[in-house]
Amino acid sequence: MKEERYQILKTIIKNYLPEDVSIDAVSQESNFVSELNINSANLVDIVLDVEDEFDIRLENEDMEEMLTVNDALAIIDKKLSA
Amino acid sequence: MDKPRVVITGLGVCAPNGVGLADFTEAMQEGKSGIRFSPQLKELEFSCQIAGEPLLKDNLLEHYFTPLQLRGLNSSGLVYGVVAGRDAWNDAGLPLAAKEEPDWDSGIVFGTGILGADKFRESIYKIDDKNVRRLGSGAVMQVMASGISAYLGGMLGCGNQVTTNSAACTTGTEGILMAYDRIIAGKAQRMLVGSCSDSGPYLWAGFDSMRILPNKYNDNPTEASRPMSASAAGFVPGSGAGALVIESLESAVTRGAKIYAEVLGGAVNSGGQRGEGSMTAPNSAAVIRCIRSAVRNSGIAPSEVDAINGHLTATGKDALEIENWSKALQLTGTDFPYVNSFKGLFGHCLAAAGSIESVASVLQVHKGQIFGNVNCSDVHPNILKKVHPSKIPQVTIVHRSKILAKASFGFGDVNACVIFGAFND
Repeated sequence: MKEERYQILKTIIKNYLPEDVSIDAVSQESNFVSELNINSANLVDIVLDVEDEFDIRLENEDMEEMLTVNDALAIIDKKLSA
Repeated sequence: MDKPRVVITGLGVCAPNGVGLADFTEAMQEGKSGIRFSPQLKELEFSCQIAGEPLLKDNLLEHYFTPLQLRGLNSSGLVYGVVAGRDAWNDAGLPLAAKEEPDWDSGIVFGTGILGADKFRESIYKIDDKNVRRLGSGAVMQVMASGISAYLGGMLGCGNQVTTNSAACTTGTEGILMAYDRIIAGKAQRMLVGSCSDSGPYLWAGFDSMRILPNKYNDNPTEASRPMSASAAGFVPGSGAGALVIESLESAVTRGAKIYAEVLGGAVNSGGQRGEGSMTAPNSAAVIRCIRSAVRNSGIAPSEVDAINGHLTATGKDALEIENWSKALQLTGTDFPYVNSFKGLFGHCLAAAGSIESVASVLQVHKGQIFGNVNCSDVHPNILKKVHPSKIPQVTIVHRSKILAKASFGFGDVNACVIFGAFND
């Protein structure tokens, strides 16, 4: 289940990677901005895609905590089990 | 010290009657119209249900935007501007700046009137639905006026001034002179200049409501735009983008660039909405003054102007514009320069008009042709009082123009006139 969510998240992240960053570079430990070089303005678009894909709602505090792929997965787990 | 010479080394265009330089050139030479019936305007019960919109081929945008940039892209003016701007840059043989450092000597002036109206509409629906949090990042950069220069600036990596000008329908022509001034001042070696305007009902509705668009040609779109004609019935709304790379002659020669034509000079001014001028009507004294200062600033005599590309929108004001050209240059009859309006073929592209028409004007000089006027076999009688009919060609003719004057006028009583010259070293 957790692996499945990770794969879904990866397909979302893929759309926002700079052209010179491969999807293979993404791991659960990756930091969106400092390691994957994702434009910080696009973090909000990732959040919107996550909301649509998992049918959940992320609050401002959730976004602030979402620095790495693992952070995002933890937030998704929390929302889905709530 | 003599002012440096400034030349045009690249052209790009996204016009209702041709996307890309080759298609556009052919359309202009052969008089192919880009004005078509619009089912959307009919559905919305516009009086005028025709328009000039660029037709973009499937998958074309993949060559201009990354997949990420294409996500949620809903700003037609931005799309047209990027296509024209990148084409002009490429046509000039200029590279994209390397990843680490911008090209400090290259800048951008790319104007618009209002950008991303459709994207803004998307946002407004979400906002009114108390859903601000769902706007996403595109709600800012696709809607800010300078979105177009910002997108192009990042794609090309320009490190000089990157800005957007806005002066209603003079925008495109004014931008060329802003960039020209910057090169003359030695502050930049080359500038990408252009302008763009969105398509669609939200852009054009205001003009329809002002009753200044033709409403009797919905079944006959290609005959609707009739500049200089006695039967002119209003301007046909249009959209698109035009772009030019202008640079110092020294830079062009050093790069071994091809040269289309030279920018000899020009002028911008305003009638101050005084005298006969108003928010929507030109002050003729200002128009005449603008043309005269453009000629003087270019170091030529008025009689040397052998071709005019007018603003000439196909309203009742066309005859007045011709009278103003005639007074400004002190030329009449067979001495009057060849004159044409391209709006007969693609309508009035508003903020994009000056740049698309400047691209076509430069093509005329480069090809040694005057593109034919359309829909004006019945030239307005007041125009014939000033201009011999042989100077208003109805089909494309061969004429090696040495000096072409191009002017644009806009709401707010603003004027711009640029003088292009055939290049010889």
